[in-house]
Amino acid sequence: MKKLNILILTLLVSLSGLAQQTPAPKQTNAYSIEGATLHMGNGNVIKNSLIMFDNGKITFVGSAMMKIARQGKVIDAKGKHVYPGFIAPNSTLGLVEVDAVRASDDEDEIGAMNPHVRSIIAYNTESKVVESMRPNGVLMAQITPRGGRISGTSSIVQLDAWNWEDAIIKEDDGIHLNWPRAYSRGRWWLGEPMVLTENKNYSKEVDELKNYFAENKAYQAGNTSPKDIPFDALQGLINGNKTLYVHVDNEKGITDAINFAKAQNIKKTVIVGGYEANNVTDLLKENNVPVLLQRVHSLPNSGDDDYDLPYKLATQLVEAGVLVGLENAGDMERMNTRNLPFLAGTTVAYGLTKEQALSLITYNTAKILGIDDTVGSLEVGKDATLFISEGDALDMRTNKLTKAFIQGRDISLETHQTELAKRYSEKYKNQ
Amino acid sequence: MRKILSFLGLLLCSYSFAQEYIPKNDGVKTNTSNYTAFTNAKIYITPTQIVDNGTLLIKDGKVVASGNNVSVPKNAVTVDLSGKTIYPSFIETYSDFGMKPVENASSNRRSPQYDASRDGFYWNDHIRPDQNALDFFDFDIKKAEKLRKAGFGVVNSHIDDGIIQGTGVLITLAPEGSDATRLLDEKLGQFYGTSKSKTSRQMYPTSLMGTMALLRQVNLDADWYAKGNIKEKDRALEAFNANRNEIQILNASSKENVLRFDKIGDQFNTQYVFVSGGDEYEWIKDIKATNAQFIVPVNFPDAYDMEDPLMASSVSLADLKAWNQAPSNPKVLADNNITFAFTTHDLKEEKDLLANLQKTIEYGLDKTKALEALTTIPAQIIGKSTQLGHLKTGAYANFLITSGDIFDKETTIYQNWVTGVKDEITPMDTKDLRGDYTFKLNNTDYELSISGDIEKLKSKVKTEDKELGSKINFSNEWLTLTFSTIDTTKQEFVRVISKISDSENIKGKAILPNGTEFAFNATKKASEKTEEKKSDKDEDKESEMPKLFPVTYPNMAYGFTSLPQQETILFKNATVWTNEAEGILEQTDVLIKNGKISKIGKNLSAGNATIVDATGKHLTSGIIDEHSHIATSSVNEAGHNSTAEVSIEDVLDAEDINIYRNLSGGVTSIQVLHGSANPIGGRSAIIKLKWGETPENLIYTNTPKFIKFALGENVKQSNWGDDSRNRFPQTRMGVEQVFIDYFQRAKEYDALKKSGKPYRKDIELETIAEILNKERFISCHSYVQSEINMLMKVAEQFNFNINTFTHILEGYKVADKMVEHGVGGSTFSDWWAYKYEVNDAIPFNAPIMHNAGVTVAINSDDAEMSRRLNQEAAKSVKYGDISEEDAWKFVTLNPAKLLHIDDRVGSIKVGKDADVVLWSDHPLSIYAKAEKTIIDGTVYFDIERDAQLREAMEKEKNELTTMMLQAKHKGLKTKSIEKKEKELLHCDSVEHQF
Repeated sequence: MKKLNILILTLLVSLSGLAQQTPAPKQTNAYSIEGATLHMGNGNVIKNSLIMFDNGKITFVGSAMMKIARQGKVIDAKGKHVYPGFIAPNSTLGLVEVDAVRASDDEDEIGAMNPHVRSIIAYNTESKVVESMRPNGVLMAQITPRGGRISGTSSIVQLDAWNWEDAIIKEDDGIHLNWPRAYSRGRWWLGEPMVLTENKNYSKEVDELKNYFAENKAYQAGNTSPKDIPFDALQGLINGNKTLYVHVDNEKGITDAINFAKAQNIKKTVIVGGYEANNVTDLLKENNVPVLLQRVHSLPNSGDDDYDLPYKLATQLVEAGVLVGLENAGDMERMNTRNLPFLAGTTVAYGLTKEQALSLITYNTAKILGIDDTVGSLEVGKDATLFISEGDALDMRTNKLTKAFIQGRDISLETHQTELAKRYSEKYKNQ
Repeated sequence: MRKILSFLGLLLCSYSFAQEYIPKNDGVKTNTSNYTAFTNAKIYITPTQIVDNGTLLIKDGKVVASGNNVSVPKNAVTVDLSGKTIYPSFIETYSDFGMKPVENASSNRRSPQYDASRDGFYWNDHIRPDQNALDFFDFDIKKAEKLRKAGFGVVNSHIDDGIIQGTGVLITLAPEGSDATRLLDEKLGQFYGTSKSKTSRQMYPTSLMGTMALLRQVNLDADWYAKGNIKEKDRALEAFNANRNEIQILNASSKENVLRFDKIGDQFNTQYVFVSGGDEYEWIKDIKATNAQFIVPVNFPDAYDMEDPLMASSVSLADLKAWNQAPSNPKVLADNNITFAFTTHDLKEEKDLLANLQKTIEYGLDKTKALEALTTIPAQIIGKSTQLGHLKTGAYANFLITSGDIFDKETTIYQNWVTGVKDEITPMDTKDLRGDYTFKLNNTDYELSISGDIEKLKSKVKTEDKELGSKINFSNEWLTLTFSTIDTTKQEFVRVISKISDSENIKGKAILPNGTEFAFNATKKASEKTEEKKSDKDEDKESEMPKLFPVTYPNMAYGFTSLPQQETILFKNATVWTNEAEGILEQTDVLIKNGKISKIGKNLSAGNATIVDATGKHLTSGIIDEHSHIATSSVNEAGHNSTAEVSIEDVLDAEDINIYRNLSGGVTSIQVLHGSANPIGGRSAIIKLKWGETPENLIYTNTPKFIKFALGENVKQSNWGDDSRNRFPQTRMGVEQVFIDYFQRAKEYDALKKSGKPYRKDIELETIAEILNKERFISCHSYVQSEINMLMKVAEQFNFNINTFTHILEGYKVADKMVEHGVGGSTFSDWWAYKYEVNDAIPFNAPIMHNAGVTVAINSDDAEMSRRLNQEAAKSVKYGDISEEDAWKFVTLNPAKLLHIDDRVGSIKVGKDADVVLWSDHPLSIYAKAEKTIIDGTVYFDIERDAQLREAMEKEKNELTTMMLQAKHKGLKTKSIEKKEKELLHCDSVEHQF
């Protein structure tokens, strides 16, 4: 309660009505965080640690016992924990504000083949939902379009920026393909039973994809005139500038998708979803295909499945040697993305170590998204995108952030929600 | 059309039944009064009264005499039936035979229709007791033929449309005649369905619980009408009252619905006859307790085509087992002395009836019972035992002549006589040519084997161990056989033609490709071989008798082989979260006994208790979810803006896998709430998650009474699309007026009722009056502070309190007013941003309300989150610095208080129900797993037993998969893979298929 009061006080000073939080300015002073348990993200832990950063980059990571000059402002974090900022891949943050308000919905363009449609320009840095990620440690996200066969092109952003351009970590990082479904659902409005049956159009739909890529190949081999905008966007997959994200859950689909990508000479492929990925781990490894695993907190797909199957899938994949990150698509995905750390926490109850679980939302994800040169772990030279938590950040009881930095910038942990909380707590205190 | 039909009938039937007053212009009047005698037959006078070498004497469509001592009059045509068998023809009690197809209501309007389309009838179009099947009847010649071929003589037909469907019509299937002679009873039975009439778009009811409530209200209103209290004429209620003495036949189509509608029947002294879904064997005890008679379909599921393992893996254990177990249903019914008749209803083709009955007999159904279920029992059910279902003197001459036992695969039905009119199905003198033959042609030896149906033969021609392509055809005593020459590449054929005079030899001529003719003579091989074969076959049959998998509780994945029993358990050395003044006790023992918490302390002696070492583990009371929509088959009755008459208790689904999944998350009790489609929703069910029990046994004894109310976007249909703009209320202003209107009317209703004067019993107003009388509590779906405040003010105006605001996402804005009113808040931990009205929802809501003095619970409204409610409670520690003890109460003691069950559950206290959970770790931690979930001292979830169940399931599935693959390879029909999805229900779910 005391803490809340202190927060209230600080807030009363900085309260700026109901506007969104002001992005923090560029780092000008160095910081040294001392005494915390430092979780590097790559599996290593340093107890009683020292981490220093300046100009947005990490300059030192090591033990606090090291006799080395502390740079800039020193933060005593004894008993606390330091983590790299969490990364939410396959996210629609900032593309929709309120699900039920159509005017606020910009996630799904019409048309089946939209490789050229870019999520980044619709990403709303002013979203109240986006800012609510930060108090839980989610500091970066891959903004991903939805719908169609090829939904469009995603970009990766950090979550404290004035506009989309400033937010970019990696622009146009990948193209998202919704693999044809193995099942089709009975059309109840035509009196068909509400059951799933084999999708009779599956081969046809896969063929359409193959043809689309074949047409692109022919177009690229020619003089590319007149210009074909979607094909030019698609070509990034062939020349290695973009990753192919295949959204698919079932064993057959995953197998077909991997073979498809190979046949098309696609340089980098990632499976998104992957409910049955644990049945094809050898294939995934052989082809160096990582998995962005579906929401851990979800129900099994069928009544006969183990009740805890979604909880333990990550462990099965990790133990098989597959590179795994966690994603959170599904119902109410945006507001729910702040629970990403707890998805990782659950995998600990089902077999992973805490550091392995942490990698699923930091280091592994950065590698999968191709941004591990700058983020994903706390190592010298990387971005100082990190936070301090009072306790274990993967457990909701102890995930309590006191400070967070994005590229060394000391960001606000206040939100529309904390402001309301303070206003009304104040209301009762004054009564 | 009817005119044409009777004219046609006149032309056809003048020979046997012409009425004496009908003029005749096509010849002279003849008046035969001859008898027909069937002699030397084995006669099933009834399924249990059987005579050998008996005589059946009929005249004018009726049985004159039957038995061994029948004297045949001189003016009798005698038919010798030596070696043949006579059975009474079958009776179909549930059919829409001859009914004109019901046309869908057409309408140009796209907005929902709330009022009835018909004038002068009941207010709801789906109540149609005034329909008489006869008015819609048109004899269907083709279908009649199919039914006769399947063995039927009489059909009771009705219009299968609507909830109350009106009366049926009893009609014979005589191949000649007219309605004048075929019609046996023009009003027989009143029929009921569970879905709405296609002829109307009137919205109410949109759910099964609405249907049930409507049926109750119709019964009440009909009674009120019968007493002369309604001035206007209501032709539907009048008809309903007129049909009261008819047999009442209700198509329940599932075991759940049988129990549901039987309860309604009990309430109104009506015993329905149920058309079942064929799944009664799963809940046979409860089914028997209904004392109902049943009309049972014989359409057993086909095997799935399991050849593609990736597809096959999506077939559930329940579906695999249904294929294995469903054919045992009739036997189980018979073993439990339940009266049942068979129906072809739901069968793809009538001719499948006997084949499927053979299967159920293979599964052990007694043949006499099977025959009764086709003859005497249906006759008894429709109250026609004197005339139908047997061949005693005076009965209708409806009978089958067969080659032998009707349930034997090889048996042929020769004739089906209906009211003395013959329908020849298979010529009786057809020679049975089936067998193995040899013949010589052009000095080559051939072997011919003939199999198949007696009339539809199949042939195999072999020479020198080479099989030749061949085709055989046999009709009207002439046989043709074509087979290819030995050099099959030439594509040349030998043709054989033969007039059959005896079945031992086939004599005729053969014509070679070059035109040369030879005499043809094929001789049947010695018969001992066929006999030997027959005994082989019998043995085969026994080995074919499939392994029957045991029914589990529930009969699906993770079902128990027997219901788990109460245990005496001593937990040693646990960290005990008491939720009482004692707080959290370290290294403490807890004894549960007789379903209650018996002792709490240190070093308790075990006695005969099972000891559970809980060192390092945490023992808590079970989690209680104030807001759940699992375990129900309906959530919303969205047809009216007030639906206080409906109850979730009516439609509980005890076989929802989410019950088991909730147990695995430590949940023991839930309130299953109606949805939020209407300002005044339906009544709740407060249940314990006793996996394996029937719905009735889940509900709390002396359960507190609750009802769901709702506010905001859902009730004003903001997100229902542009067509839904015609139901009051469309604004928050209107919502208040709906409440005031209903409370005012309920108040006046209650006053009238208490005055002792006669009153029209109205289930909806009764329920709302219970609220005013503080006997029923409101749990109200709510988001925005303005409307929260409004409802409290409305309640105060009517002198009662709102019990709970559920969701209550802006509760933190009016927590002071909530404390003053005395209402609790049951909220989400951190949901927001999914609707406009949840813009200001914050994860600090629960802590702020709690700090202000509100009794706070955290609920799920979601089948997934409900199994992690311990984690949701922990979020209050994160966001609001609530103490761990208090946070834990948010999902245990506080919801118990809000549900008025805290005297029984919600804490670990001696004397309270033993609803406890053993956790592997700190229960608020993300790392904790429920290891045992116990309700009333019975272990319903155990993490070790779960592992065993998984293994056993895997084994059963593999075995059943193999059996299905074998079935396919044996040539049995299979169907393509289906994956059944459990639809996850939320506040705004409306049944699709209703």
